[in-house]
Amino acid sequence: MVHYASARLDASFAALSDATRRGVLEQLGRADASITDLAEKFHMTLTGMKKHVGVLEEAGLVTTEKIGRVRTCTLGRRRLEEEAEWIGRYRQLWAARFDALDEIVEELKRKEKVDGRKKRE
Amino acid sequence: MVARRESEPTPMKNRTMVERKSERELVVTRTFDGPARLVFEAWTQPELLKQWWAPKSTGMSLLSCEADVRTGGRYRFVFGHGASSEPMSFHGRYLEVTPHSRLVWTNEEGDDGGAVTTVTFEDKGGTTLLVVHELHPSKEALDAARESGVEAGTLEAFAQLDELLARETARVDH
Repeated sequence: MVHYASARLDASFAALSDATRRGVLEQLGRADASITDLAEKFHMTLTGMKKHVGVLEEAGLVTTEKIGRVRTCTLGRRRLEEEAEWIGRYRQLWAARFDALDEIVEELKRKEKVDGRKKRE
Repeated sequence: MVARRESEPTPMKNRTMVERKSERELVVTRTFDGPARLVFEAWTQPELLKQWWAPKSTGMSLLSCEADVRTGGRYRFVFGHGASSEPMSFHGRYLEVTPHSRLVWTNEEGDDGGAVTTVTFEDKGGTTLLVVHELHPSKEALDAARESGVEAGTLEAFAQLDELLARETARVDH
């Protein structure tokens, strides 16, 4: 457990020593992105970007989730850049709101359909 | 309605994008799977607004929500936050209400005039592109808003750091 903590610190510093990886963190602070998105943004091959994301994931700075064929990267819990951290939280707030708003819009659509049917009857 | 084929992946939620446009501006962009008319309705009817503005996952609860949504009308939202006992209020005035396309309001919490938020609803034939544009009076004002917002996150980070340091100390002691 003890060694785990310092190993994790080493992993963080190693992860942050690279400019591309710092750029990826900053980018993910603004919006989740797929590995393909990130590779394009940083003009890299998919394989190259996969490696960088792997290092960030190892350090706990990024988490990834595979949905269908797409692997989406999200800022992990241990983001260090304050700006990225703050923008990330701001986005989380809006994303949570908008997920709830999706449900309201669905409900309004359903209601309209039912009302439309009633009118026609 | 056409049944979805089993091999098709589950559709992903629409993404919420945030961009810091300048020292004073923040822009949030999101697409909704519904016409602008309905999305606009959800922003302008207080009983609907109440249902999504403070989702549970954020740890906030909306104690009251009054909104007179017309040009010149006032709004006042009062929030409770799990971590703090003081309720927070968010209030101001609607500067523009243009049905189905545009909403502009001021935020009057600060002493020297707060941010102006402009929301545009662009109907793309069944879906809506929504853009929330937040303009702060100065860089300092945005930074101040940021400081108060980041507090909870900073505390969480400090708690993690404490944990880490405690473990490191334990290692040195033994």
